Amino acid sequence: METDHAYPVGGGRRSPVERLSNPYGDDKVIAACSLFGAMDTSGRRFSGSLVATAIANMHDRGNGLGGGFAGYGLYPNFKDSYCFHIMFLSKETRHEVEDFLRRHFRVHHGEEIPTRRGARVSNPPIIWRYFVDVAPAQDGLGSATEPIVEADYIVERVMQINTGISDAFVFSSGKDMGVFKGVGFPEDVADYFRIEDYAGYAWTAHGRFPTNTTGWWGGAHPFSVLDWTVVHNGEISSYGINRRYLEMHGYICTMQTDTEVVAYAADLLMRRHQLPVELAAKVMAPPFWEVIDRMPEDQREVALALRQVYGSLLLNGPFTVIICRSGEMIGLTDRIRLRPLTAATSGDVLFLSSEEAAIRLVCPDLDRTWIPMGGEPIIGRLKTSAPVVSPASRNGIPVLTGEEQR
Amino acid sequence: MITGQSTRLRSYLPPRFLARIMDDRCIRCQVCVRQCGWEALYYDERNDCINSTEANCTGCHRCVALCPTHAIWIEERPLQYRPNFNWRPEAIEDAMQQAESGGIILTGMGDDKGQTIYWDKLVLNASQVTNPSIDPLREPMEVRTYLGRRPDTLDIDYGSMKLRSPLGPLRTLEVPIMFSAISYGALALQVQEGLARAATEMGTFWNTGEGGLHRSLYPYRDHTIVQVASGRFGVSREYLDNSGIVEIKIGQGAKPGIGGHLPGNKVTAEVAATRMIPMGTDALSPAPQHDIYSIEDLRMLIYALKEATNYTKPVSVKIAGVHHAAAIASGIARAGADIIAVDGLRGSTGAAPKIIRDNVGIPIELALASIDHRLRQEGIRNQVSLVCAGGIRNAGDVVKAIALGADAVYIATAALIAVGCHVCQGCPSGRCSWGITTTDPHLAKRQNPDLAARRLANLLKGWEHEIKEMLGGMGINSLESLRGNRDHLRGVGLSDTELQILGVRHAGM
Amino acid sequence: MADASADIRQGRIVEVNAAGLYYKDLNALLRKMADGPDGQDVAKIVLRNVAGQRYIATDLDRPIEVEIHGTPGNDLAAFMNGQRIVVYGNAQDGVGNTMNSGEVVIHGHSGDIMGMSMRGGTIYVRDYVGYRVGIHMKEYLDKVPALVIGGTAQDFLGEYMAGGRIVVFGLDLGPGECHHANFIGTGMHNGAIYLRGPVRDYQLGKEVGVVRPGEGLWSPADWDFLRKCAEGYVRHFGGEVEEILRGEFIKLYAKYLRPYGPLYSWRN
Repeated sequence: METDHAYPVGGGRRSPVERLSNPYGDDKVIAACSLFGAMDTSGRRFSGSLVATAIANMHDRGNGLGGGFAGYGLYPNFKDSYCFHIMFLSKETRHEVEDFLRRHFRVHHGEEIPTRRGARVSNPPIIWRYFVDVAPAQDGLGSATEPIVEADYIVERVMQINTGISDAFVFSSGKDMGVFKGVGFPEDVADYFRIEDYAGYAWTAHGRFPTNTTGWWGGAHPFSVLDWTVVHNGEISSYGINRRYLEMHGYICTMQTDTEVVAYAADLLMRRHQLPVELAAKVMAPPFWEVIDRMPEDQREVALALRQVYGSLLLNGPFTVIICRSGEMIGLTDRIRLRPLTAATSGDVLFLSSEEAAIRLVCPDLDRTWIPMGGEPIIGRLKTSAPVVSPASRNGIPVLTGEEQR
Repeated sequence: MITGQSTRLRSYLPPRFLARIMDDRCIRCQVCVRQCGWEALYYDERNDCINSTEANCTGCHRCVALCPTHAIWIEERPLQYRPNFNWRPEAIEDAMQQAESGGIILTGMGDDKGQTIYWDKLVLNASQVTNPSIDPLREPMEVRTYLGRRPDTLDIDYGSMKLRSPLGPLRTLEVPIMFSAISYGALALQVQEGLARAATEMGTFWNTGEGGLHRSLYPYRDHTIVQVASGRFGVSREYLDNSGIVEIKIGQGAKPGIGGHLPGNKVTAEVAATRMIPMGTDALSPAPQHDIYSIEDLRMLIYALKEATNYTKPVSVKIAGVHHAAAIASGIARAGADIIAVDGLRGSTGAAPKIIRDNVGIPIELALASIDHRLRQEGIRNQVSLVCAGGIRNAGDVVKAIALGADAVYIATAALIAVGCHVCQGCPSGRCSWGITTTDPHLAKRQNPDLAARRLANLLKGWEHEIKEMLGGMGINSLESLRGNRDHLRGVGLSDTELQILGVRHAGM
Repeated sequence: MADASADIRQGRIVEVNAAGLYYKDLNALLRKMADGPDGQDVAKIVLRNVAGQRYIATDLDRPIEVEIHGTPGNDLAAFMNGQRIVVYGNAQDGVGNTMNSGEVVIHGHSGDIMGMSMRGGTIYVRDYVGYRVGIHMKEYLDKVPALVIGGTAQDFLGEYMAGGRIVVFGLDLGPGECHHANFIGTGMHNGAIYLRGPVRDYQLGKEVGVVRPGEGLWSPADWDFLRKCAEGYVRHFGGEVEEILRGEFIKLYAKYLRPYGPLYSWRN
């Protein structure tokens, strides 16, 4: 990837995707929202209709200009292949992208994502999914000195499609997961994508209230890279420096929406820099200096160093995010909790929501509901899953599941 | 020895100022006469009134500030040349002055010409609706800053929760504003003590400049930056040990590319002891550091200083902002510096050739923006802290500098103003009536270190409050989220090229 | 702290199944039932299956009681004037926003900014409350709002508080456990916060002073007030008044009416 900026820092050339996502040239798209997440930590898969019902209950937190869903465990038949959900504005673009995919991957299967005619969504684009593998011989792969190169390879190809091929945009690119999103209220988007037909062990959902009226489906949440997905409520005031920091590490923020930086930050911190999620949360919502000053010596060193090194990734301003990847779901608010988050458990299921009412609606019988403190991550993990990348789980850091909190 | 004409030529230079005295208010206390270090005022005994020798007046306003009845005011002396856009009065008078002296025109303070002040063309953002502004008086608002090199990643032992390789030395600033280098000799010791105390009280740093560190200031060592410049005055193990940060001075915004002379008449016994040179001799700072003729030599000096301090102190390198500042800064980072300080066109000085001060170097805003951008392009921004110096006038400038990419700023003129300076540019004379830029004990004792420290700390407190208000308005509660966050800046009345260099959009976009 | 139930007349009890009702329709129904011509004898409305409907009881004219089963939405009892709300469950954010009078009783926990800018009436919460509870509560003449919280609060309790009373009993604290909130009473410039149980100095805003029973600024009226709060709490949620009052109390008061006077510099 070029080290040069994806687009000039001044008011010059723009990438085609940015032009699409951001027709007014705003430096970022501002959106407030509702969000919801549910994970069955036992790995049991459940229908997307549950989260669709829950998010619909928070209808008034959105304005009909965006809704979306991410599901995990959706494609057991292709669970070892990368699944690309890609939107196109034209058939020609689709052919161009398919050529690109064939050049860079082994494509096992491609199909149009089934949709329901008559759903109340506006101007749906063409949306396909492809199950692909990275062929060992391709593009410098297979070098023993670069062990995590496959994921980087995917990230780079996604960036190439998003910035290099006009009118195409990758919704998601992870294994055994997928993102469905579009312009409309979340319940209408769910209807359009027939979300009830999919079953997954974890789902997140989002209803969007953007302050500008783009009609672009890529701008809806969740935002995703690899199997990371992020749904976000709030505005990230530190976006400008978060973006510049991530650009320094090769992530190109194509959409100029603040949520995108959360997905890339998660990928950088937890996949590439191998930080356990508990510490990644401390980067995004760090303790105050005065709290660090009061910490016992053994905790202070790491807390201080994290802030000193990763200060540019502090997510400032009001936010709640639900970050998901295979086997793991994390809810996090900003450190002075300017946006709401309620957590709840029922048996093996962990719920995260902007409002408790939405959880109660789909699961009246809860073991526990609580409001986490600002900056305190709520983490759900598949009980059956092998340690998920993070070295922490191999080194004795307590793995939190929903019911162990508090 | 350079010899001048033995007899002075008659001066054609008109006086600049007019001292006016309201006779009915004047109580003939003669405070003004005693306070004027320029000998511009005298008591006329025969007529029982105060009179002036206006040609000596620099407009420093010491008399105005101390007159108990507010009987004095200073006006610009009206003198109308035939209008000429090219030959403005300053150009005419400079030529006159040189015709009389045959010398280089010396001046003090920073460039006073009309080059664009980009701070004034940049405006800040604030939250409305989509994002709450944060109230700094009641909610935490963090402006703490750490200076020094940091790695890109951390190597943590998750068993013990310890860092496998601890970070190098980092220094804490409780406010992101430091006092810039002003050497003892150029500056009265009393003022240096005020700077040192205020820096200590406010949890920031002051900078010795290149004139050594007086022993009486050792107690403030944890908040002291000691400078190592081309003259190496007072540089010793002891000097380095009594510091928190060591700074190599390559250049200064007011006089990039040239050295300096502290005239022998300022080299008193104490200055001599501090600089470790004989009393009364000129203290000559060579133009370059004669052990640095190239970037690999800089690396050698950086590591010499790191060795001499056993890698316990960050090493800063201060340069003047010049045309290739970005490439130079990149080289400095790669040479091992922990901090880069960049001083711009409007940076101040105790004495510099006016022709250099006003014509050499680039505006700090452009230097800063291009350096930050370059270091990011090269992926090495984490390796150094960036300090911006030269022409920072208020908290608004500080916030804009940080948004452009600075970790912290240096201030000098603003600090001197805090202790009385009226920016009269008379510093090279050593006759400063405020007792600031002088080593004359009679003048210098006008500065009381206690009061100087209070004023300086007050200035920083006021700015700190204002910085927090501006941050809160942007919906940010920690300075690191503003640092390099150019989205919060917009330009007004700037060309596309300027906007592109600054990395900001025009207002309205 | 008047007991609002005393004002509520005897009369009919009606039930509403709120399942699937949009908030606007639900609130219109409430208005009709309480203030419409057919509703003049209604004393109590029982809402079942409430799921996130906002603004319940913000615009009722008559002092009736609304009993809520389920989870009411944000801004419950916002601008409320004289009604009584009982929630069997947890409440979300913004309960009692700018409330003028009446009573809210929550059998569970309550979310952020409860009692924001509240000017009168009382809110009882059985468990804990979220962030910035009691922010900018104010009092004027005989209007003195009160929040009585059985558990603890999250950060910024009583931020900018300009009047009224907040009582936090800390019944969910273990032995020796400190209160959880940081920045308690930050920017407080009037009113009082009573905390039962230990708190560390750094948890308090810089504008508050601390008084303990027996000290000069602690008056018998403070005990009277706390007893009333404890009695009200026990009446709603059970427990022992004396047990509550036996705890260790502190009262936080505003050290300055004008905390920010010295902050500004002005010149003619």
